Amino acid sequence: MSTSNKLTRRQLLTGTAAAGALGLWGGLPWPDRAWGADKVKMGFIFVGPRDDYGYNQAHFEGKSAVAKLDWVKAFDEEKVPETIEVQKTMESMVKLDGAQVLFPTSFGYFDPHILKVAPQFPNIQFLHCGGLYQEGKHPQNVGSYFGYIDESQYVAGIVAGGMSKSGKLGFVAAKPIPQVLRNINNYTLGARSIKPNTTVNVIFTGDWSLPVREAEATNSLVDQGIDVITCHVDSPKVVITTAEKRGIYCTGYHCNQSKLAPKGYLTGAEWNWAKVYMDYAELIRNRQPIPHLVRGGLKQGLVKVSEYHQIVPGAVRNQAEAAKAKFMSGSMVVYKGPIKDNTGRVVIAAGKEHVQTDIWLESMDWLVEGVVGSTKS
Amino acid sequence: MSKGIPHALNKVVEPFLIIVGSLSISMMLFGAFVAAAGANPFEVYQTMYRAAFGTSFSWQNTLIRAAPLMLTALCTALPGYLGLIIIGGEGAVVMGGLFAAIVALTMPNAPPMVVLTTMALAGMAAGAIWLAIGGALRHYRAVNETISSLLLNYIAIALLNHLVTSTFRDSESLNHPSTHHIGEANMIGLIPGTDLHWGLVFGIVACVLSWFLMHHTVFGFASQIAGGNVRAAQIAGLPVGRLILIVCCVAGAAGGLAGMVEVAAIHGRANDTLNANYGYAGILVAFVARNNPLAIIPVAVLLGGIRASSGLLQRAHELPDATVLVMQGIIFLVILFSETLYGRFSRMPKQGAV
Repeated sequence: MSTSNKLTRRQLLTGTAAAGALGLWGGLPWPDRAWGADKVKMGFIFVGPRDDYGYNQAHFEGKSAVAKLDWVKAFDEEKVPETIEVQKTMESMVKLDGAQVLFPTSFGYFDPHILKVAPQFPNIQFLHCGGLYQEGKHPQNVGSYFGYIDESQYVAGIVAGGMSKSGKLGFVAAKPIPQVLRNINNYTLGARSIKPNTTVNVIFTGDWSLPVREAEATNSLVDQGIDVITCHVDSPKVVITTAEKRGIYCTGYHCNQSKLAPKGYLTGAEWNWAKVYMDYAELIRNRQPIPHLVRGGLKQGLVKVSEYHQIVPGAVRNQAEAAKAKFMSGSMVVYKGPIKDNTGRVVIAAGKEHVQTDIWLESMDWLVEGVVGSTKS
Repeated sequence: MSKGIPHALNKVVEPFLIIVGSLSISMMLFGAFVAAAGANPFEVYQTMYRAAFGTSFSWQNTLIRAAPLMLTALCTALPGYLGLIIIGGEGAVVMGGLFAAIVALTMPNAPPMVVLTTMALAGMAAGAIWLAIGGALRHYRAVNETISSLLLNYIAIALLNHLVTSTFRDSESLNHPSTHHIGEANMIGLIPGTDLHWGLVFGIVACVLSWFLMHHTVFGFASQIAGGNVRAAQIAGLPVGRLILIVCCVAGAAGGLAGMVEVAAIHGRANDTLNANYGYAGILVAFVARNNPLAIIPVAVLLGGIRASSGLLQRAHELPDATVLVMQGIIFLVILFSETLYGRFSRMPKQGAV
């Protein structure tokens, strides 16, 4: 008995020693680095929470998709303000995590933050969401990517217009800046392409994340008689859940919110960042040059349209699908004259066309005929 | 005399013991929370230490986050001497940054030193006026200063958003409305040999000067009297209204300077990023420091360190950003509870002395 007892103790001791040694191995820096050497290390920075059912969640879903690849190591940080803090986060991701490529996803991260940090790390790629990169003006290791999500808004507008009984739609918007105005105008033009008398009531809340005002705006729009609503704010959660509570339809934005409104979520305009991040990861893995500007819409797969709700009838679906097919083939031109703004001024003369990539569209400061509201909120 | 020494010692030792004690209790509570969330608290603390104070990079990361908090904490701490609870630091920062940028844009050909000095003065003046409104409403119209200073924050933010989208908008700032850039030459540089801007030095100097003002001048003494008992101060002939206005102005100037630094050291323009909640974080710092300007410095560094560690916590332990908010919340609550302990320890030495 006693011998066997001693043996066990010895075995136990050896075992512990071995385990300890193994633990030590694990703690040494080199094996980790050796295993991680062939991995593409990608750092993502979000301005809001990962689970906001909106802008940040859309990017987080993209990050999660790319993180599933076994040759990618992806890490992220949420709620990083657009101050010097984001500069420190970028530096920290490069210095402490060895990031090779960073995706600071908020619009306000670019100037001055990325422009300040990027020159310090010429071998690291800084890819910013927003399409702000200018050749010759910005550092070589900076690039930007952005999707024409207004194409999805056009399709969603068709569904909204088709489902509305009152012919009045609602739009809760953050700020009257070109990107937002383009979404409102596309939504309106989409709805009016099938029902020319449709109007869209818009309310600007003034900022990207003001949940209380978004709820007030939604309620006020419903009281004005609208029966389908959408929005362009950082997190559509409040607008969508309020719409569902009030028993009206809604179309989503940024990512899929059908879980929040199982009865009324008709469809939605979504980003498809997973594709963008996969493509970048592939390029970096193969050491191929990274394009400075990546832009695209439905055709390039940068944006998508949420699955239609089962209550959307076949006729409306077909109209939406027809428009989508034209976007996919590249033959769709939304801004084709004559187009008037909502004060009656002709902004695009008859016979004139502005295709999706036209830079003129990027300084949009007008609301199209059919929108009830003003950019001077 | 011999009675005085333990008493003076007590004034230092007691708050020190209570603060260290409450911080330790907070750490235990937070450790339990982290463990419940499925992470190893010891590893979490190790990561936090590494991210906040472990390397020279992390120290700079911590200090850069602490710098604006030192200035905004003064917005709450100084009026605290007069018994006022002012939480308008955010408004002071926003107004300071906005007006600093505006004056810089009116002087395109002036030498950088002149521009920067004018910016600092304009920012401080704007912040001073902003907090003084709250103080004046309190003294002359009996409006609750906590509510009015909070509401003034929203007015300041609305004013900023209005002006950067209209009168002072750089027409090229399409999707991010901002003023024009003040010019690279006019930016405040870094403290030589570091990656830190001068805002840190401003913060430390402002805290030290404020401490001197409140603890070693007649003005500070008068303020403390008025804070202790307004009636008594008035009967003694102290100009309470003037004291309130001046203290609020000094406090607001500190906040305005923080806004000016944001513009002149980081953004180069005024826009909605000025509204980065430094004002609100400053309230927490002032509370924890018990309104003592000297204590603000270490407390701001501690809070800066907690904020700095959030990133690595998220990346290394996959904890949400809210983790550090929970920690801040626990510290805040425990320190508030510990307020009730003051005075309980001092009984013992007094009995012994008799």
